[in-house]
Amino acid sequence: MNANAAPDWRDQIFEVLRAHDIRQVYHVPDAGHARLIEACQRSASIRTVVLTTEEEGVALAAGAWLGGQRSVLLMQSSGVGNTINMMGLTKTLRFPFLTLITMRGELGEFNSWQYPMGQGTPKVLEAMGLLVCPVAAAADVKATVDAAARAAFNGGQAVAVLLRQKLIGIKNFGEK
Amino acid sequence: MKKAIPGLLLERRAVVRQLLKDPDDDLLVIAGLGSSCWDITAAGDRPLNMPLWGGMGAPVAMGLGLALAQPGKRVLVITGDGDMLMSLGSLATVAAQQPENLAIVVLDNEKYGETGNQATHTSPRDNGPTASGAGADLGAIAKACGIADSATVREPGAVAQLVGDARTAQGPIFRVVKVMVEKLELVMPPQDGALLKDRFRRALLGPAG
Ligand SMILES: Cc1ncc(C[n+]2csc(CCOP(=O)(O)OP(=O)(O)O)c2C)c(N)n1
Repeated sequence: MNANAAPDWRDQIFEVLRAHDIRQVYHVPDAGHARLIEACQRSASIRTVVLTTEEEGVALAAGAWLGGQRSVLLMQSSGVGNTINMMGLTKTLRFPFLTLITMRGELGEFNSWQYPMGQGTPKVLEAMGLLVCPVAAAADVKATVDAAARAAFNGGQAVAVLLRQKLIGIKNFGEK
Repeated sequence: MKKAIPGLLLERRAVVRQLLKDPDDDLLVIAGLGSSCWDITAAGDRPLNMPLWGGMGAPVAMGLGLALAQPGKRVLVITGDGDMLMSLGSLATVAAQQPENLAIVVLDNEKYGETGNQATHTSPRDNGPTASGAGADLGAIAKACGIADSATVREPGAVAQLVGDARTAQGPIFRVVKVMVEKLELVMPPQDGALLKDRFRRALLGPAG
């Protein structure tokens, strides 16, 4: 590896999460997030919670905030569909909420079953009142996630960062 | 007023009143939508109660997030069988974390009370065309998910032990309390979710909350 190369964007996300004092990280196993999830699992300051379904992560985030801790929900676009009603909590309770979503079902996707929810993801999130920040270039990831975390934890917003499929790269699935 | 279903002896308001008797600032309570929300309020509204008016299926996961954030406090989740059935997976999520400070109490009237007493899956099978369920055993489900300290309470004589366990036993603990079907006064907490959240955080975390 070239010593001068920029750090992997997934490692940069981990650094942003630490810089924002994220203490709980929720996830359903996801290939696109695998490397970040493992970094969080190895971190002494972060508690990782594996979910059976993504909606648990929204309720967990509300509970963590009630208790004074910041959290983040990692999921893929298909998981967004599992969260819709629970996302309403971000509006009713008005608590800071941050989710990082690896996109599937965008142009180039090989699996037809990923298209419906992938294409619906931005609309559904917007319908539930979240701010939606897509990012497609590795060089923009760090600044985007940092801005999203500020909007959430300083600005009190519910924010979703969409890590576009172009960024993740179809070929990388299964790799770490 | 009260319908006698064999095996359902306990009155939910009396049980909840005992569960929440003399609460100190170390007791953090989350109640699920429907009757549980009114029950904890009937026992005495307080800032460290988080009564939910929606978010069906949220209470156990919310309790877990809170318990992990506040390991020095006791977190007590009180909810209905219908709410619990919508979030059975969260029991496995709790078991994976083993929070020592989390207690979950399900008030199981075998009905979706709030929506008109339709049978839930905890109702017996072959119980007639409109009142049949699956005989689902929530205590056994919780235990099988990995919450070892899981039990069902049916008898008035077991309530004192229930209260002690819910308030102090090493968690995670799960209790199903079989309660009778009753029509009770709606005792409502504030409805504004942001207000409920803010007063909770202020009481727990101080002015910075
Ligand atoms: C996602 C969702 N589905 C359905 C409802 C309608 N609903 C409101 S309360 C309730 C039943 C709650 O039953 P249970 O948890 O057993 O409470 P109790 O019998 O104690 O009132 C239902 C189905 C809802 N609010 N949200």
